[in-house]
Amino acid sequence: METLHLVAPGDVITTDTGFMRGHGTYHSDDGKLVASVAGVVQRINRLISVRPLQSRYAGEVGDVVVGRIVEVQQKRWKVDTFSRLESVLLLSSINLPGGVLRRRSAQDELMMRTYFTEGDLISAEVQQVFSDGSLSLHTRSLKYGKLKKGCLITVPPSLVKRCKNHFHNMLCGASVIIGNNGYVWISSMEVDQEDQILLNPRDEPDTTREKDIAITREERETIARLRNCIQALVARKLTLFDTSIQYTFDASRGYEVKELLREDVMQEITEPARNID
Amino acid sequence: MATFSASERRKRTRGDRKSVETSLALRQMFESVIMRELYPQSKIDIYIQVLQSDGGNRCVSINAATMALIDAGIPLKDFVCASSAGYIEDTPLLDLNYLEETAGGPNLTLALLPKSNKIVLVQMDSRLHADHLEKVMNTAITGISRVHAILDRTVKEHLQKTIGTITA
Repeated sequence: METLHLVAPGDVITTDTGFMRGHGTYHSDDGKLVASVAGVVQRINRLISVRPLQSRYAGEVGDVVVGRIVEVQQKRWKVDTFSRLESVLLLSSINLPGGVLRRRSAQDELMMRTYFTEGDLISAEVQQVFSDGSLSLHTRSLKYGKLKKGCLITVPPSLVKRCKNHFHNMLCGASVIIGNNGYVWISSMEVDQEDQILLNPRDEPDTTREKDIAITREERETIARLRNCIQALVARKLTLFDTSIQYTFDASRGYEVKELLREDVMQEITEPARNID
Repeated sequence: MATFSASERRKRTRGDRKSVETSLALRQMFESVIMRELYPQSKIDIYIQVLQSDGGNRCVSINAATMALIDAGIPLKDFVCASSAGYIEDTPLLDLNYLEETAGGPNLTLALLPKSNKIVLVQMDSRLHADHLEKVMNTAITGISRVHAILDRTVKEHLQKTIGTITA
């Protein structure tokens, strides 16, 4: 294994002027390439960049994110996705209830708060990245939309592995959405299947009507156990994806849910996940 | 400052002069060190609470804020390290405690960018003869290089420990 070049801000990476400057570096006054963050130096051909240990989520087109609505503006919502700037969800980027395709009218604008209001959690996909780095999201698919009756846990975005699919139905009966931005949503599988946006012939927004689904004690326990498993993986700085979560969950069956927060237990249950990947 | 931080329990009002002065100094300092071009239209908040105080509050706030910014992954031009120095009874002193600060002698706070030796903050209370200034400044600079060595080592050790457990 090659030795890792670890740097702190102000450290000179190289005095060779032939390299291009990537993220986390800058040119000092005398032409040297200096690190601006603390992390590992990555060299790809002639490009040098420094990857910091943790930073805010920098989105890319096609990423699946879980976000929280923080503001309702004129024709769009502002969403918190743990990025440097708040992400934007345009009114034209959501699926209207009833599955209709039509131009958004003034009435839709006035009804925005009935679709999503401040504090709601949504799953969405990144449609576009603006020049200042902020993201434009869309929920133009039935699998995206408002998230209900579950548990959110936030992890550092660097620990989330890039996968083809971010919506996982775990074998234990819960469903997990691992957002690329580090927001992970755990909910019961039955709720997810039944709580899709319903087709309403009268074309009225139906998202306000909540089906009265009771979550049983076992489901709550599964959700809590999954949450603690993810917490253990984060504490051990292991990448988060469906297989690692599943292995950790299986290893945790011997313990009570609250015991999973103990250091030694966390160490033990994350052992099988360490050896994969 | 926390109420229990000094030797006598004292409730501080929000806008007391010393905190406001320190906040302003910190703000000006970090405005020049943080690479703000990478954060258009954004605000970075730095919150500092002193839990135990025995002199050197300003210096420790600066050092702590630097570490916090590095931990957050915010790009900086360099570390900002600070140290205090004084001059009592013909002896330059390094890193004054509370008694030495309030004794009435000169109290110099110096903050540097260690790699380029650029000064970002110089503050002094009381009076100091110009002849002694260089001696006291050099004492402070020695202190700063020691602080920088410790901060740098801690950052690298933390990196080593964390990177070691991240797979690929």
